[in-house]
Formats: sequence, C-alpha cells, structure tokens
Amino acid sequence: MNEQEQQLLLEIADDELILGWRDSEWTGVAPLLEEDVAFSSIAQNEIGHARALYELVARARGTTADELAFDRSPDEYRCAPLVELRLMDWAETIARHYLYEEADAKRLEQLKRSDDPEIAGLAAKIDREEAYHRIHAQMWFDRLQDEPRFVEALERLRPQAEALLDSARRGEHTAELADLWEEMTMVRRSQPAGTKW
Amino acid sequence: MVTEAQVWDALAEIPDPEIPVISLVDLGVVRGIDVDDRRVRVEFTPTFLGCPALEVMRDAMADSIRALGAEPEIQVLLDDSWSTDRITAEGREKLRASGFAPPSPRGDTGAPTLVQLQSNAHRCPYCGSTETRLENIFGPTPCRSLRYCASCKQPFEQFKTI
Repeated sequence: MNEQEQQLLLEIADDELILGWRDSEWTGVAPLLEEDVAFSSIAQNEIGHARALYELVARARGTTADELAFDRSPDEYRCAPLVELRLMDWAETIARHYLYEEADAKRLEQLKRSDDPEIAGLAAKIDREEAYHRIHAQMWFDRLQDEPRFVEALERLRPQAEALLDSARRGEHTAELADLWEEMTMVRRSQPAGTKW
Repeated sequence: MVTEAQVWDALAEIPDPEIPVISLVDLGVVRGIDVDDRRVRVEFTPTFLGCPALEVMRDAMADSIRALGAEPEIQVLLDDSWSTDRITAEGREKLRASGFAPPSPRGDTGAPTLVQLQSNAHRCPYCGSTETRLENIFGPTPCRSLRYCASCKQPFEQFKTI
C-alpha cells in the first residue's frame, strides 16, 4: 500500500470515526425509540469500519489502530468538516446522514476497484454493511423531502459534503472537532501509553 | 501433536458470545486452520466490523488452542470473505429454534433493498407464518433487524443478510 493510498484510507477512517461518534450522541435522545436503536447501530458500524481501515494502515506503517485513532492531535485528523458538526436538529442530522451515505457509496465503489486486493476486499465488506445505512437514509429522505426545514438543511450542508470526495479540501477543522477530541481521547490520555484495555 | 480435526472440534465447542446457541464454526467465522507442528494458525473472518464480540471470539479461539497444548496465531481477515451464507444448515436451525429468524440467502441480486426487507418473504421463527413485517432495519446488535409477526403477534429478531 503506497503513501497516497494510506492517506486516502486515513481520511475515510477519520470520517467514519468522527461521524460514528456524532451519531452515537443520538443514543437515548432521538425523536423515536426506533431511531435510538438505528443511530446507535449505525454509529457502531461506522466506528467498526474506522477500526478496520486504521488496522490496514497500521499494518503498513508498523503501528496500531488505536494509536492512529487516538494519539494524533486534532489538527492531524483528516476528516471533513461535515462529520465534525455537532448537530442538535433531527432534520439536519438526517440531511447529513443522506449526503454522507451518498458520497460514501461513490468512494466505496472506487475502492472496490482498487488494484490492491486488501483495499478492494475491505471496501467490499464495508459496502455490504453500508447498504443498510443507505436504505435507512433513503427512507428518511422519502419521508422528509417536502419539509422545508429538511430541504434547507440539505442545501446548506451539500457544499460541505462535496469535500468528502476531495482530498484537497480537507485539513481545515471546525472548533467542534477539538471538543469532540477532548472527550473521545480523555480516558486514553489519562492512562500511561501502552495500557491494555 | 495436535491435528487439524482436533482444532476444528475444539472451535466447534466455542459458543458465539452474543447468540450462544450457535458455535463459532456454525457461524462460519473460521475460514481455515493450518497446523505446523506446535503452531496453529486460524484464519478468522469477522462478521460485522463493528461487532463488539470480535475480540471475545478471537481470544476464546486462542485460549481453546492453548488448551490443546498448541501455540495459537489468530489471523483476522479484513476482507469480504464472511457472508451470512456461511452459517451452517445446523447453525440456521439452532438460530430458528431459539427465536432468531435465520438470514435469507444472499442471492444474485446484489445489495439488499427496502422492498425486499419490507416483503413478507420472511418467516416467523415461532409459528412459521410469512405474515411478518419490518419494524426496524436495526436491532440490538449490528447483525439483526426487528420484525413483527401479525399471525402469532410476536416480535422477533431477523438476521440481516450480508
């Protein structure tokens, strides 16, 4: 796996980790019990995808998935600002979910055609799980597509979604990422390096 | 010296951590076993990548091989080699008998669609009726959906097809 491929996998892994974290914030407070369950499960899947992607990069670099996930400073993350936003509004959350799944499907299709069998194999596995996320996002899109609040959210977030497919538009972060990072890495930072969990 | 058959038998004794009625071998997560003198290498193909039971499975396999007096090496495959089609016929029957509807075959149609999930082609594991409906694509673990049987009025968990 060359350096460019490692960078690309890190971008996607960071997107999935941070979005998974944000999705998990709906656990217990989503507007419907079914959505508590759905967003919790989607969050778990996204973080699982992040872990597997970090693992592939870690094998190439002689490090560990945990070190890649938690031992970088916030400005070293390569996630797109869209996934960092702390959205408290359901219409905005569904808009991001829909836009993210749409972009994610495109990049997974590309990765599935990679010459590197490890990348293509993992992308194919991730894509099978994401199929259920896409069905969920589409169901909500169909339900909300005539609601002005949802349509506005889609329009507002769409330019940021385009950055998901463009490495050149990554690197700048929102202030919300630093807060998330504080919380996400707090336990790990409180223990000596190398602690086994 | 340990034989490959002994290792398969030992792994077939390990229950799935979340659905203990079926074994790891029934679940299809063991893709290969290679015995080289005292070293035993297991190719482990995980179910869902976000499944919290993966580490438990990996460690249980390693412990079981150590108990045979061999040195384990569990190789985690991060590829597309696991599918619900790998669950054995025996495993599917054990799932059904404990109230989990086994997954539909993957088929040739590619990714699942909402129409398929909403169709009544899914059989209730309690009464066998196909008068069932989708309640939630997602359930208590990544591998399961929630359905409801209109015939026996029983909610049940349906294995997702992967």
